[in-house]
Amino acid sequence: MLEVTHLQKLYRTAETSFEALRDVHFTVAPGEFVCLVGPSGSGKTTLLKCMAGLMKPTSGTVRVADKAVAGPPEGLALVFQEYGRSLFPWLRIAENVELPLKELKIPGKERGARVAEALAHVGLENSARSYPWQLSGGMQQRVAIARAIAYRPDVLLMDEPFAAVDAQTRADLEDLVREIWRDLKITTLFVTHDIDEAVYLAERVIVLSSTPTIVQREMIIDLPSERDQLSTRALPRFSELRHDLYAEIQKAKTHSALTLTA
Amino acid sequence: MSNRLDTLPTFEVRVNTSALSRRRFRARGRATNTLLGCAGLLTVALIAQFLAPLGIVRAQDLPPTTVILAAFIDLLGEATMWMAVYDTIYVWAIGLVVASVAGIVVGVLLGSSEPLRRATSSTVEFLRPIPSVALVPLVVLVFGPRYESALVLVIYAAFWQVLVQTVYGVADVDPVVADTARSYRFSRWGVMRYVIWPTALPFVMTGIRLAATVALVLTVTAQLIIGTPGLGQSIALAESGGANARMYALVLITGLLGLAVNIVVRLVEKRVLAWHMSFRKDASE
Repeated sequence: MLEVTHLQKLYRTAETSFEALRDVHFTVAPGEFVCLVGPSGSGKTTLLKCMAGLMKPTSGTVRVADKAVAGPPEGLALVFQEYGRSLFPWLRIAENVELPLKELKIPGKERGARVAEALAHVGLENSARSYPWQLSGGMQQRVAIARAIAYRPDVLLMDEPFAAVDAQTRADLEDLVREIWRDLKITTLFVTHDIDEAVYLAERVIVLSSTPTIVQREMIIDLPSERDQLSTRALPRFSELRHDLYAEIQKAKTHSALTLTA
Repeated sequence: MSNRLDTLPTFEVRVNTSALSRRRFRARGRATNTLLGCAGLLTVALIAQFLAPLGIVRAQDLPPTTVILAAFIDLLGEATMWMAVYDTIYVWAIGLVVASVAGIVVGVLLGSSEPLRRATSSTVEFLRPIPSVALVPLVVLVFGPRYESALVLVIYAAFWQVLVQTVYGVADVDPVVADTARSYRFSRWGVMRYVIWPTALPFVMTGIRLAATVALVLTVTAQLIIGTPGLGQSIALAESGGANARMYALVLITGLLGLAVNIVVRLVEKRVLAWHMSFRKDASE
């Protein structure tokens, strides 16, 4: 569903050249939930922007639903970390969710139904007429998620979406994302720097190295698919995976394409 | 007070009283402001009243306030004065609308195209500081003492205000919002209509508010200098006829017109930007 093939990204200025991505290579199967983790400054945002078609890679390709990405691809929705800035403050909640559907030229009646359904899914059916800035941070991010699922994407990309909300809200939103993934079977790629979050959410975790970035390791998360904040996190297997991932990230802090391939 | 508070469920009561007192304080602040404003006006009126009788200025140069007010009341009953007000508003309104539309269209074009902006910036920076009044000889040559002369001056002056603000506004689009629109594959028109325009709107409204005042100044100036019909012309006529009290009364009417223009534009701004005002208020709290 999502194929990233030998992706390289160089930032060039007149005098300097910075290699953010060296050779990033991975795939996400249809319906899979993958978390992308890496130490800070590991080119996560660059990679995400290349996948979303917001940035042109220097070499390599990204394919979404078997089509090469050149510019923002069809059937891909992106949820940003900065929910407060990603929503349109001049539109009400329902209008925010509806706008991309309007741009898709979906008839009004179906639009209304999709908006209502998406808002119900994230538990915001009573806030349809509010403005984004009247809601809490967690609720604003729910709106951004509702907007993404109303769009009915094949692939959902999430860029550290819960990095700016409090712990309690974060746990609720994690469960919401799992639930949406399970119910709607959207292929999900979730970028995070939080190890616990990655293990709790994903079926598979891709660990990125430091820059110049390559895929350092892939880990299968073999936890039961029914997950629960209390019991899943209490499983011995959860601790093991968490431990392994932690060690891997520690390693990634000093590893890059330069040390790993040398 | 504190005794009574202690016997009641304190938390809610305290919140309520503090909110109440804050509201009361605000209301009192507003009343004080109005009072101070009136006091200021009254002081100026009083000083003007006694300057001539005390021999500090000549009575024909600055008649006492009461004389000016009498002339003012007389003017209110004159059809020609109302005609002059109408002429002034007419030129002002047409000029402002034309300048705003042109300023917005050109501003959006320049603002959304970096090469275009660079190509035109030196021209804009050259033309913008030229005072409209400097164009008086030109418009008199071309149009003579007609409406069009005043209109050209008004449009020229007001246009830049709207243009500059619109260009800033268009450039103010949040990169995250822009990326959001791109990733949802908004059409060019969709980006314009749903992203750029709402972002620029607060700036555009500021431009129009500034332009409204400038347009009125230029309308009256053109009437004064070129002699196109309106309040400015009436002021010039009263002055040359030696009717100084009448002249001051006309100036007073022009000032009131300016005040009215400001109030109207602010009301429109408040309506159009309801979401934005509250957005800012929430963000600051």
